Amino acid sequence: MRPDPFDHVSGTIAALPAANIDTDVIMPKTFLKGIDRSGLERGVFHDLRFDERGEPRPDFVLNQPPWRNARFLVTGANFGCGSSREHAVWGLLQLGIRAIIAPSFAGIFFDNCARNGLLAIEAAETDVGHLTGCAQEAQTVTINLPGQAIETQDRTLTFDISEQRKTMLLQGLDAVGMTLQRRKDIEAFQDQYLADRPWLA
Amino acid sequence: MTAPRTLYDKLVDSHTVRTIDEASGEVLLYVDRTVLNEYTSPQAFTALREADRKVFRPGSALGVIDHVNSTQPPDMTSPEDQSDDIQMSYFVRNCRDFGIELFDLFHTQQGIEHVVMPELGLVLPGLVIAAGDSHTTTYGAFGALGFGIGTSDIEHFLATQTLLYRRLKTMEVAISGTLPIGVTAKDIVMAVIREIGADGAQGHAVEFTGTAIEHLSIEGRMTICNMAVEGGARGALVAPDQRVFDYIAGRPRAPKADDLALAYPYWKTLKSDPDVQFDRRIELDAQTIQPMVSWGTSPDQALPIDGTIPDPALEPTPSRRRDAERALEYMGLTPGSRMTDIAIDHAFIGSCTNARIEDLRAAAAILDGRKVAAGVKAIIVPGSREVKRQAEAEGLDQVFLSAGFEWRQSGCSMCLAMNDDVIPAGGRCASSTNRNFEGRQGAGARTHLMSPAMVAAAAVAGHLCDVRDFEVSYAS
Repeated sequence: MRPDPFDHVSGTIAALPAANIDTDVIMPKTFLKGIDRSGLERGVFHDLRFDERGEPRPDFVLNQPPWRNARFLVTGANFGCGSSREHAVWGLLQLGIRAIIAPSFAGIFFDNCARNGLLAIEAAETDVGHLTGCAQEAQTVTINLPGQAIETQDRTLTFDISEQRKTMLLQGLDAVGMTLQRRKDIEAFQDQYLADRPWLA
Repeated sequence: MTAPRTLYDKLVDSHTVRTIDEASGEVLLYVDRTVLNEYTSPQAFTALREADRKVFRPGSALGVIDHVNSTQPPDMTSPEDQSDDIQMSYFVRNCRDFGIELFDLFHTQQGIEHVVMPELGLVLPGLVIAAGDSHTTTYGAFGALGFGIGTSDIEHFLATQTLLYRRLKTMEVAISGTLPIGVTAKDIVMAVIREIGADGAQGHAVEFTGTAIEHLSIEGRMTICNMAVEGGARGALVAPDQRVFDYIAGRPRAPKADDLALAYPYWKTLKSDPDVQFDRRIELDAQTIQPMVSWGTSPDQALPIDGTIPDPALEPTPSRRRDAERALEYMGLTPGSRMTDIAIDHAFIGSCTNARIEDLRAAAAILDGRKVAAGVKAIIVPGSREVKRQAEAEGLDQVFLSAGFEWRQSGCSMCLAMNDDVIPAGGRCASSTNRNFEGRQGAGARTHLMSPAMVAAAAVAGHLCDVRDFEVSYAS
């Protein structure tokens, strides 16, 4: 699967100021019954976005006009904890979310983001605070991945990202294809590894 | 002289095919084995099909149906049920087409993936096992590095036998001393998560050490490593010892005696070097741990059973206060009320955390000669067919049925409620599972996590209570 490349993306930023938002909340189990990646947009934050009758809850940020087409989320620590379900990332992308900024992410979710072209930015608490302010004003911000910068109205914040992840995001690379170019290395490693461990043969 | 290394470092080093990025610690990691399930694997197989790619080593994968199947006989064993369900039927087809062994609903060894793998002897010291389920950390109980991955990484593993992996920091969690009677592995791990927070081990591989861990059974260690992911750990390890070797020997898929003799010298090197420095270290005295129960909607929102619901106003930051207030509102609880006053209407014993034979024995010790309180729907779902057979051979099923528990077929069941075991909105469940998230066991359902024996006690009392108030005849 080749993700969409990410270079410069502009859009509204919305805030979900809570810690430990888990993947059951991001994508409830009702939406996990399929065998493909499609049709998950409705599931994102389903129980927060919609009431029992399926009507939008007016108090949820993504249902309010300034944030209805938000491209970025700023949120609390440990975002994406819990179940490994990658459906959470697919759904967020289908909803139009291109980047999430948080003090920290759960490990599996962070990797799932990288594999799908969703930019997960680990930012300092002060930067998260500033972006939360921008979100409350429904600011349009620009994320410049080549420059590793988040451009807000009155300030530009920089962020760290590993070279590997940056390259994958910029080019939308097929990770499996890249790794398979090293098939000979893997086979050589495996031969030696198993020769050293006869009990695994 | 090489620098001293942790057990985690040794496992990563021995599986590094090549370094990708020195600065960020990214490597191409060789992975020994995986276990696949029907709900996180379909899109991985579809991607392989679309790119016309093969599975690198089909023998390194085992397929198990566990997440979506009903656990109510006779539904479990209806061929229509399996072929009508799109995830199960596609999984059957994928395993067949790609040459992967499958334990479907009709297989005598079917069960929850993290119960099945160890009981078969497929989890060995020194292995790296990655699988599409966050509780793959369970395998650390054997000195194997286990961790959960998403569907894209399942595809990457199936096609290449490797993963793009970022080396973690290391954290030692030392549990010294002796556990009091009535306190279990589940209570240890819940106490640790309460101590460090739901993100306390984020970015770390945890190694559990100390006398309390050494004295735990392998099943107890599995419970701890399993649930370490709820504290943010992407790997959880216990150094393998003679207990591990004894557990493995003679299991159906374990190496045979001659091969084990070759493995032991290597397995005995799988421990952290004596003078190694972990990036972080915390210590708990086992003597101070009590039976734990969760009160909120995050696994770190937990207390000893004799505690009272905390006041959100005392939280250190405004955002923590808001999180606690929201959790109490969802759970329908008020600050200051006693945990033991919380009435329940559901009791669930099961899951990859607590559905092994020792867990069932502990529950049976409480339920023997007692009855489930009126108005409590109580079910027990054994972790695997093997566990079910063993429990029935020991007569535990009769204890459960006499007490008023339902005795089910194996599966994940009410832990994540992807099958027909769903708690209705407003229902409150004493649960031996691992997650008390909003909506986890059903939209609007309220979950209190605890040990299997504590669930049994709550089911009898009709409210949360201290298992130590129940007289049982512990086998000495």
